[in-house]
Amino acid sequence: MQPPISCKSLVKKYGDKTAVAGIDLVVPKGSCFGLLGPNGAGKTTTVEMLEGLHKPTSGTIELFGIRWGTGRDQDIRARMGVALQETQLADKQTVREVLRLFRSFYPAGRSVDDVLRSVNLVPEQNQRFHTLSGGQKQRVALATALVGDPELLFLDEPTTGLDPRARQSLWAVVEAFRAEGGTVVLTTHYMDEAAALCDDIAVMDLGRFIAQGSPAELIDSLGDVQFVEFEVGSAPPSFVPDVLSSCPAVRHVEDRRGRLRLTIDRDLEALSAVLSELKQRGVVPVGLSSHQATLDDVFLHLTGKELGHD
Amino acid sequence: MTDRHGTDRQTTDRQTPTGLQSPRALRRVQKTLSERPGARGKPPAAPAEEALSHPFLELVRARLREFYREPGILFWVFGFPLVMALALGIAFRQKQPSLPEVAVVRTGETIAARELEQKLIKSPRLHARSLDPAHAERELARTKVDLVLEIGESGLVYRFDPMQDRAPLARAVTDDVAQSAAGRKDPLKATEITGAQLGSRYIDFLIPGLIGLNLMGSSLWSIGYNLVVQRKRRLLRRFAVTPMQRSHLLLSYMASRFLFLVAEVVILVLFGIALFGTKVQGSYLDLMLFALLGGGSFAGISLLIGARLENAEVASGWMNLVQLPMWVVSGCFFSYERFPEWSHAFIEALPLTALVNALRAIYNDGAAFSALGPQALVLGLWGIVPFAIALRTFKWQ
Repeated sequence: MQPPISCKSLVKKYGDKTAVAGIDLVVPKGSCFGLLGPNGAGKTTTVEMLEGLHKPTSGTIELFGIRWGTGRDQDIRARMGVALQETQLADKQTVREVLRLFRSFYPAGRSVDDVLRSVNLVPEQNQRFHTLSGGQKQRVALATALVGDPELLFLDEPTTGLDPRARQSLWAVVEAFRAEGGTVVLTTHYMDEAAALCDDIAVMDLGRFIAQGSPAELIDSLGDVQFVEFEVGSAPPSFVPDVLSSCPAVRHVEDRRGRLRLTIDRDLEALSAVLSELKQRGVVPVGLSSHQATLDDVFLHLTGKELGHD
Repeated sequence: MTDRHGTDRQTTDRQTPTGLQSPRALRRVQKTLSERPGARGKPPAAPAEEALSHPFLELVRARLREFYREPGILFWVFGFPLVMALALGIAFRQKQPSLPEVAVVRTGETIAARELEQKLIKSPRLHARSLDPAHAERELARTKVDLVLEIGESGLVYRFDPMQDRAPLARAVTDDVAQSAAGRKDPLKATEITGAQLGSRYIDFLIPGLIGLNLMGSSLWSIGYNLVVQRKRRLLRRFAVTPMQRSHLLLSYMASRFLFLVAEVVILVLFGIALFGTKVQGSYLDLMLFALLGGGSFAGISLLIGARLENAEVASGWMNLVQLPMWVVSGCFFSYERFPEWSHAFIEALPLTALVNALRAIYNDGAAFSALGPQALVLGLWGIVPFAIALRTFKWQ
């Protein structure tokens, strides 16, 4: 059985600018692969190459064991579905009409009614697209991807700009798709989304995968650490970071415009050592918080940027 | 996986509570069963609605819906040309010819003089009034009358300013009426046949021009502009990753364009007939064929404009750049013969000129399609060349 996606040494150059600098990837059937990275990292180019919209400069892509451009492109397209972020699918059409249109492109697929039920849009089926809420529009976008009954689903930032309830309901549709053995490729700006949906995550920067693994593996890669953050007024006394750095439990100190972020050993002693050190020096930490490592910390550690704020 | 195509899986109900088996797995079983001949009866027919969905027809329907659900577009395509035809038709309608204004001053008291005065006042060929000499003099000075006629005992005296354009004509007409009334016998018999020649009025000139203008505007905007908007909204990119035949999308644009084009032409032709009594001297079929050829020509240009652009404002700029020069020089409102001789060859190579000339020839001169080869060639080239370039350079995302 050929994996839904398999690519080797994928490179894309635009002139002398390298957008994608050599990627190897296999996405096994039934898994969900998440592609993360700051804007401009090469995520979009990578996904568009996988979808057959761009030819790679070098390297190979196979979807279901078929290469793009070998006369079987339509076969590949018939087996995949794509949900784009903020596609303004024809304003003047109703939800049902949009789905009918997309269904007509596929030689086989699900009925419009069936898909409407899957994405909970039965009551809105006769509303025009432009009257829908952001969450409903995203569900229509997802429905256009599902109506061809794909084996492989590409999701492009499916929940950007949605409220928590709308996100949950969209995730549920994706989970249902996976429960039937579907394969998903997801790009997202949200770590919680990646953690909730993905089995395998790659963090991309400057056209390369700088880390890859399951969410748990990525978090473990940071080591046995936890994070402590607090403020010491608008400008912290310059001695504070230096003193803390010399504290044995502290691995890293970062001054982020008045808010200090400490990477320390993952035990209670480390935390109390830091606090007593501060007390001795007469420094009162304001807005103190500590947390276990999350994917956000992994991302921050790897790229030096906060996802979605670059 | 080769069995994916042609297998009807629409009837699978994913809502069925499945227990251990997922709907997908169930479907696989059903599929296997249905492939074995005789294993199952005929698969239940899909709902009629889905059964009719040919992608090309669905795309055309989607285009038409975008169109008729936008009242603004309907006005610009159908309403605006009618308003323009009405306004220009009224503004340039044929006026009644104005009659010579004559002041009659009778100094003679004879019966013949009185009779002549009355006959002049009643003549339909003049607008004559009887005035006293001082009043008549003042009216002449103010050019309220073209001519003062004094009817004396012994004859007629005409007083007028020969520098006034209308005066010599007024003198000739008045003299003719007066001499005939006095019993002049003409040596030659003369008969007058009056009335405007059909097809020579301004409205006859205008209606084919407006049809051409309207076809240019609607064909240019409806294709290129919408493609740019759909590209910007990433709808084209979305279509490109489906198994949609890419040619179907462009053909659907063309098809819906031609459907509306026929309606546009019919409405303007009927409007001309009903309100201004214009008449198509040639064949309606030829008229429609040329309208389609013209629409196709502008559609080709429009497709080229819309082939790569992502910005609607830039696209608008290009549309206007194409349109405006032809609005002015192609002879929609006035004949391009007024431009210098050397420019005619260039003007006649423009698609709108070719279209309007051909429509006018069919409309007013009864020309046949076969007599309009050069115009058909110009339109064909303007359609095919940009179309071919557009197909080669078209951008989906």
